Amino acid sequence: MPSLLFEQGEPGRGSSFVDDAGTPADYLDASLLRKDLPLPDLAEFEVTRHFVALSHRNFSVDTNFYPLGSCTMKYNPKLNEAVSAFSGFADLHPLVDDGCAQGALQMMWRLERTLSSLFGMEAFSLMPCAGAHGELTAMLMAKKYHRDRGDHKRATCIVPDTAHGTNPASAAMVGYKVVSVPSTPHGRTDLAALRAVLDDTVAVCMMTNPNTLGLFEDDIVEMTKAVHDAGGLMYYDGANANAIVGLCRPGDMGFDLMHLNLHKTFSVPHGGGGPGAGPVGASARLAPYLPVPRVVKRDNDGKGAEFALDSAAPNSIGPVRVFASHFIALVRAYAYIAVHGLDGLRRNSQLAVLNANYVRERVKDLLTLPYADRCRHEFVCSAEELKKSTGVRALDIAKGLLDAGIHAPTMYWPHVVPECLMIEPTETETKETLDEFVEVLRGLVSQAHADPDSMRELPRNTAVRRVDEAQVGRLANKGIGLRWTPGG
Amino acid sequence: MYAPHTEHDVREMLDVIGVTSLDALAAPPRGLAIAGDLDVPPAMPESVAYQHLRELSRKNQPGDVDASFLGAGAYRHYQPPAVPYLATRSEFITAYTPYQAEASQGSLQAIFEWQTYVCLLTGLDVSNASVYDGSTALVEGVIMASQATGSKRVVVSAALHPGYRAVLKTYADGMGIEIVDAPLLSNGTTDIPASMDGAAAFVVQSPNFYGCIEDVAACAKAAHAAKALCVEVIVEAMSLGALKTPGECGADIAVGEAQSFGLPVGYGGPYVGFVATTKEHVRRLPGRLVGETHDVDGRKAYVLTLQGREQHIRRELASSNICTNQALCALFATIYLATVGAHGLRSIAAANMARARDLRKALLSLDGVTARFDAPFFNEFAVRLPVAASRAVDALKPHDIVAGLPLSRLGSGDENDLLVCATETTSIEGIARFAARLKEVMEHAVAAV
Repeated sequence: MPSLLFEQGEPGRGSSFVDDAGTPADYLDASLLRKDLPLPDLAEFEVTRHFVALSHRNFSVDTNFYPLGSCTMKYNPKLNEAVSAFSGFADLHPLVDDGCAQGALQMMWRLERTLSSLFGMEAFSLMPCAGAHGELTAMLMAKKYHRDRGDHKRATCIVPDTAHGTNPASAAMVGYKVVSVPSTPHGRTDLAALRAVLDDTVAVCMMTNPNTLGLFEDDIVEMTKAVHDAGGLMYYDGANANAIVGLCRPGDMGFDLMHLNLHKTFSVPHGGGGPGAGPVGASARLAPYLPVPRVVKRDNDGKGAEFALDSAAPNSIGPVRVFASHFIALVRAYAYIAVHGLDGLRRNSQLAVLNANYVRERVKDLLTLPYADRCRHEFVCSAEELKKSTGVRALDIAKGLLDAGIHAPTMYWPHVVPECLMIEPTETETKETLDEFVEVLRGLVSQAHADPDSMRELPRNTAVRRVDEAQVGRLANKGIGLRWTPGG
Repeated sequence: MYAPHTEHDVREMLDVIGVTSLDALAAPPRGLAIAGDLDVPPAMPESVAYQHLRELSRKNQPGDVDASFLGAGAYRHYQPPAVPYLATRSEFITAYTPYQAEASQGSLQAIFEWQTYVCLLTGLDVSNASVYDGSTALVEGVIMASQATGSKRVVVSAALHPGYRAVLKTYADGMGIEIVDAPLLSNGTTDIPASMDGAAAFVVQSPNFYGCIEDVAACAKAAHAAKALCVEVIVEAMSLGALKTPGECGADIAVGEAQSFGLPVGYGGPYVGFVATTKEHVRRLPGRLVGETHDVDGRKAYVLTLQGREQHIRRELASSNICTNQALCALFATIYLATVGAHGLRSIAAANMARARDLRKALLSLDGVTARFDAPFFNEFAVRLPVAASRAVDALKPHDIVAGLPLSRLGSGDENDLLVCATETTSIEGIARFAARLKEVMEHAVAAV
């Protein structure tokens, strides 16, 4: 275990970064200054070795297969990294005049148009910082839309029980009461149950399609119509857009609002949990509510197009962050779209579906498939039968995969499937990798039958073994163990 | 195209699945297939895409590094090359949210170190693992204060960054939170209201939008007298290398933006927000938290903790909907702080103050330029020009000088008011060039009258 930065170094060690300008006390009265600055002083070499050591203790897409459902961990092309580092992007201040940012604005405008066309929306805002931020943005838009129409009764948000936890949390943040709808034995949202909760208090219904079981909602058109007939809006959680890009469009299904996760679908790296970006799309009637500023294209007195940031939108909810976007993330997504074009994007979606169905077909004799239909870009399987016969749980299988250098699938989610493992190989993996994954899984299932107790000892080869989560939670409740403290 | 499939692979895999074609396998049901063409540009070979993006980047004019005086929420600082060199290792960049602790100790330990740095810098007990940016961190801080006090009213300093205020208003409108303004004194600091009874929080930024250092201790005292919390907003994190900490001042919650610690200005993002608070409010923190524990062999280990607050467990009962932890940006900031250390951060903060004072001296020596406020400042301040500030900014643009922010652009001052900032990247020569060109602009304007 590499020691913490705070346990290393010596006061006064380290490089010099600026000309000697004295100390803060040379410029301000002592009453304004901090008493001490208890940070460690380290040599650059110590810092380098520390973080290289930490990097070795991480799984990543570049080092490991990551068949993680619900989060599309596809390969991140290195072109994205190179172009996002261009000085004209990286060193551009967000408050420069629009005239100094024409390249950036042109790129954003093109990206907005491309996303709008790909997903059948009137317009997109690139402002939201992440998928959950996009959801919240859309909920703020829905709330203002109804309020502006004097429709004050609408206070509920319908969310299927298989939805991502961010959906109900985002709805609750704007004060909506969350109403859950169950799924059918076929793994689809229950249309009859949805109809049963529709009335004139429904503000919005949040759907994920393909849903979190990896299945296309066959009744999606009926659902959007039913919600619209009740006066509600339809929201499309685009977390699973990797299965549909270039194949079908939420706008054509009748959705009013949607978000995308650029880090999932458009290969912006996940970064250990961010940053991504979560653009929000809107149909014609909701587009005026999108956050400002928006990128607009104006004709510059016949001298060609001129791009600008425009905040003059009377119905807009306002800004949802201080500057216009996670711009550097957008550059990466733009580069990804540029090298693919429509045909390339469509083929990627098809190959994502191919890889998922191939693995699904090959694991069906190892684990239980709770749904008979072919999947989209991901699928769920269950270790319930295995657990009954051997006592080995989905968790043990997942930890066994880690030992083999494969990141675990998403576990125990969605809750409607017991001992659930959710697998999403993504389109960028080779058939050889998928075959190897199946063989590793086969080995683990054999081990579960032959020596179930040994499974609970896994993983053995990772940086640390199973961690005590209960103890840390008890202490963290009191604010203990959430930071290094002097003397331990 | 980065998918590895050959036609042979595809055929073999389709055979296993028992479908004849990719089109048939992936087709959407019910006639939902896209009809007609889409407005998507044709694919470019990678080399062409690279050139295209380079051309787009060159259409932007970021200005000279040493003659850029625009701050106002995004600050150009020196980025030690060790920072991107280490932070962009693909084991960090292409990792997932660290749900599988055994496979994520690198990310988890780095986040734990980030939490520690935020606590050490702010003088508060606990910190989250980062939120999107400073403006959304402010919103989260206000929500925390509202939950802690049961009040839906916040008193907000008029010297809060107007962009931050606008974001707070967007959320407040949707959440039913009332915002009450505390006005500005003539010296550029906040006029602390005599009474804040019934308020959840008093929100004050220091250094404030005009660069002035606030008496946060007095703000906290006034807030506490009204049983409200004091939320201190830190937009220029570099100031934490010098100024009295939120903890020392008695602030209950510190929220802020850490872009200054090794992240490029990048046309607005991604940046990294932070929220720190006292032990008492730990369960109200939004987003991720990493805690220290042990594995079954007794080795020290790190793991995400207190997930009971979070959306994926508590769904609509969660304290926040945040799912991301902005980990990579927090990693940049962590590596930056490790690289510069206490000694470096203090000297960089001093260099910011030195250059800002050089800049102020140079500008105030010009005929007709006056200081807008006289409160102590860190690295940013406002001046009043004898000409329209936007006119000065326009005239200096062709010389690759980014002159600052005309305050009227954000509705925060008269048309002649200019907000300027100097950091350690600003050079004496850059300041001289700025002053000389500005002098020309002003003389030209006077001659034209």
